[in-house]
Amino acid sequence: MTVLMRAQGAAVLLSALLALSACGGGGSSTPGGQSGDAPKRFSVALTEPDHLTPGNTSSSYSIAVLGALFDTLVVIGPDGKPQMRAAESITSDDQKVWTIKIRPGQKFHNGEAVTAESFADAWNAAAYGPNAWTNNYYFANVEGYDKLNPEAPEGSEEAPKPETDKLSGLNVVDPTTLEVTLTAPFSQFPIMLAYTGFAPMPKAALQDPAGYDTAPIGNGPFMLDGRWERNKLIKTKRFDGYAGPRPAKSAGVNFKIYANRETAYTDLRAGNVDLLQTIPPASTSEAKTLLGDRFVSIPGGTMDYLGFPAYDKRFAGADLRKAISMAIDRQAIVDAVFNGAFKPMSSLVAPLVPGYRATACGESCTYDPAKAKALYDEAGGFTGTLNLYFSNADPSYEQWMTAVANQLKQNLGIADIKFRKIPSADYLATLRAHKQDGPFRNNWVMDYPSPQNYLESMWGAENRMGWKSPEFLDLIKRANSAPTMEASIPLYQKAEDLALAEMPMAPLWNWQDQAGHSEKITNVRIDAYSPNLDTITVK
Amino acid sequence: MRYAAQRLLQAVPVFFATTFLIYAMVFALPGDPILALAGDKPISDETLHTLRERYHLNDPLIVQYGLYMFGLLRGDLGQSFTGQQVSDMLAGRWEVTAQLALTAWVLELAVGVLLGVVAALRRGGIADTAVLAGTTFVIAVPVFVVGYAAQIVLGLNLGLFPTAGTEQGWPGSYLLPGMVLASFSLAYVARLTRTSLAENLRADYVRTATAKGMRRRRVIGRHALRNSLIPVVTFLGVDFGNLMAGAVVTEGIFNLPGIGQQVFQSIQLQEGPVVVGAVTVLVMIFIAVNLVVDLLYGVLDPRIARA
Repeated sequence: MTVLMRAQGAAVLLSALLALSACGGGGSSTPGGQSGDAPKRFSVALTEPDHLTPGNTSSSYSIAVLGALFDTLVVIGPDGKPQMRAAESITSDDQKVWTIKIRPGQKFHNGEAVTAESFADAWNAAAYGPNAWTNNYYFANVEGYDKLNPEAPEGSEEAPKPETDKLSGLNVVDPTTLEVTLTAPFSQFPIMLAYTGFAPMPKAALQDPAGYDTAPIGNGPFMLDGRWERNKLIKTKRFDGYAGPRPAKSAGVNFKIYANRETAYTDLRAGNVDLLQTIPPASTSEAKTLLGDRFVSIPGGTMDYLGFPAYDKRFAGADLRKAISMAIDRQAIVDAVFNGAFKPMSSLVAPLVPGYRATACGESCTYDPAKAKALYDEAGGFTGTLNLYFSNADPSYEQWMTAVANQLKQNLGIADIKFRKIPSADYLATLRAHKQDGPFRNNWVMDYPSPQNYLESMWGAENRMGWKSPEFLDLIKRANSAPTMEASIPLYQKAEDLALAEMPMAPLWNWQDQAGHSEKITNVRIDAYSPNLDTITVK
Repeated sequence: MRYAAQRLLQAVPVFFATTFLIYAMVFALPGDPILALAGDKPISDETLHTLRERYHLNDPLIVQYGLYMFGLLRGDLGQSFTGQQVSDMLAGRWEVTAQLALTAWVLELAVGVLLGVVAALRRGGIADTAVLAGTTFVIAVPVFVVGYAAQIVLGLNLGLFPTAGTEQGWPGSYLLPGMVLASFSLAYVARLTRTSLAENLRADYVRTATAKGMRRRRVIGRHALRNSLIPVVTFLGVDFGNLMAGAVVTEGIFNLPGIGQQVFQSIQLQEGPVVVGAVTVLVMIFIAVNLVVDLLYGVLDPRIARA
C-alpha cells in the first residue's frame, strides 16, 4: 500500500471540524424525508480494503468500514476530546495501571455479549507475534508484549515460538472490568484506545480468523449484510440489537469499491454513489460549483514534512536546516499545487491536535528569502549536489519538490539540485536504512489526536532523520507519565519547541480532504475524527 | 488434428518460459513489499520477519519459483499478501474480463468489417473518406482519453449507459467499456478489410465470377470477402492479447473488477504469485485463441490447411 493511499483515506476519517458547521447547516436546511417512510440505504465510495479484522489493518479504507461495524471503547468527539463509547469509564491513579469499565448490555451482531474478555481476546490475538498482524506494534507498551514477541537468538533468523499467547498486562477482573498494566506510565492511553485496532472481537473470530476477515462481526450500529464481495461491494445493514449511543438512522450502507477516484467522482455526479470522501484535487473547483452546500472541506490530521539527514555532516548544523525551511514559500506551493486547499504549517502537529500552537515554529517556518540567505551564508552554505528524495506514489510529490528546488535555487543560490524519485515500494525501506543523503519528503497520518502520536513516532528514538536528542526523549517520557492529559500538554509543547529549534525536520503543510454527497442523503456530519455514517438519513 | 496437437505441445515450453520470466521480473522489482504494506506506521522486526518467511521472500529466486511451480502442479496458485487464495481472486475476476474482451472483440469484428466493406465498395466516395478520417482520429487518440470522454458524454451527460461498475450485468454495463476497448483495434480492422477487399475486387477470379453472371452480392460475400478476411483474422488473433492488455486501462476507468485491474494492483504491491497466476492464464488464453485462428485459416483458405 502506498503512502498516498493511506494518507488520503485516513485524512478522510480524521476529517473535519469545519465540516461540522458547513455541513450541519446544509443538512438541516434541507427538508428531511417524509415521516412514516421506512429508512433506506445509501452508498459510500471506497477503495478496496486489505483486511477487515480490526487488529490486522491500519489501512484507512478498512478503518472506514470498521468505524461503522465497531464501537471502540473511546471515540474522539468533534472537540478533539475523548468520549466514552463502549466504555463507561477509564481511570488510573498512576497512568500505568488502567481500569476500564465496560458499559453493560452491549451485544455483538451475532448476539454474543460484549465483555472485558472480548477486548482481552482481541488484543492478545493482535499482540501475538506469530499472527503477524499489522497492529501488533500498538500493543508494545502493554506489559507482557515481549513474551509474545520473542526476539530471534543471536546468529539465528528464526524467532522462537512464544511460551504464552496472553499479555500478562491484561487482567479480566469481571465481565465488565478490564485492568491493563502498561510497561511505563502513559497519560495518552485513553486517546489511543479510540483507534480501531483496539476494537473488541467475539469468540467466533478466534475460531475462524480467515472467515472473520471477510465477514467480521462487530458491536457497532451497522452489521455486515452478506460477505465482502472483493473489489465490488461491502454491504451493511442496520443492527437492530444495537444498544449503544449512536443507532443507525438509515437501513444500511453499501460501500461501493472503486479502483480510482476519478471514476468515483464521475459516479457521484451521475448519482450512482451518495458519498465520496476524497474528491480528486484536480476536480475540486468544479465540484465546489457543482455541489454547492453538498461540498465539504475536511481538515485532517495528515502532515507533510521535509526531513533532513542529520547523520550527514553537511546537514548536521541546525542553522542550515532552518535556512532551507525559511527559503520555502509554503503558501505559494499550496496555491500552485493543491489549489489552495492545504494549509501551510508552522507547527509539528496538525491544528486539530490538542496543544496545537499556530505559530509554534515562528520565524524558522516563515518565508523570508533575505533572512534565509543571511543565515545560510552564516552557516557556511552547502557544497556539492543537493539531492531531494520523494517517492513516485503520486505525481504531486514531484510537483511540489520541483517548486521547493526552484525556491532553494533562487533564494539560497544552490545551483546543483537533483531529484531522487524512488519507487514507492522502496521509499520507506530507503528512509529506514538512512540511505538518503539529502532532504526528503516525509508524511504522517494521525492515528489518534495526541501530540505524542506525532512527536514520539517521528522524532523519537531511531527516527528517519538520524536526529539524536536525549533531552527530547526525556521530555516525551515525562509527558507520557504526566498525571493528566492537561498536565502532559506543556511538556509535549516543550519537546516540540526543542525539535523546532534544532529543526531536523521542517513542517510544510496540513492536508485537507474534499468530500461531496448526493441530494439523496441529509444529516451528513463528517467531522475531523469520523465520517459519522450513523447520523445520515436517506430521502 | 495432428496440427492441433503439435501446437498444444509447443505451448508447454512457452508456459514455462513465460511464468519464469514474469516471476523473475516481479522478483527484480526494487523495494520490500512487506515494509511497503506497513506504510508509514511502525512495524516490529519480528512481524516483518514472520511475514517474509510466510511468503518465502527470504529465499533466492530459483527456490521461490520452484516452490511456486510445485504448488501449481498440485493446483495451488499460492496466496496474496492479504492472505487470499490466488485462485479465488482470479476466479471472481475472469468473468468480468472475459465478458469485456468478448464484447469488444465482437464489436471489433462486426463493426470493423462492416465499415471496411462499405469503404471498399465505395472507394473514393464520401463513405470511404469518412471511414478513413474517423479511423485516423481514433487511432491517434489514446484509449484513456476516449474512455474518459465516452464516460462523461455518453454515460454522465446523455445517460445512455451506466457511468461505471458492473451492477447492470451484461450487456448494459459492458457495452460502453467494450466500445472504448474495441475502438483502437476496430479502426485497424476497418482499414485492413478495406485495403484487402479493394485489392481482391480487382483480382482475376472476381472478374471471372462476375463475367459468369454471378450476382454481385455473392461475388463479394462468397469469394472476395472470404479471401480478404485472412489478414483480418490474423490481426484479430494477435489483437486478443492487446484487448487483454487494454483491459488494464479500460477496467480502471469503468471500475470493472477484472483481471487487468488485478494485475495492475498486484504489480504495485509486488505480489509475485498473483501477477504470475493472472498473466499465465492470459498467456494460455492467448495461445488457445491463436490456435483457433490458425485452424480458421483452413476454413477460409483450404490451401493453408493442406500445406
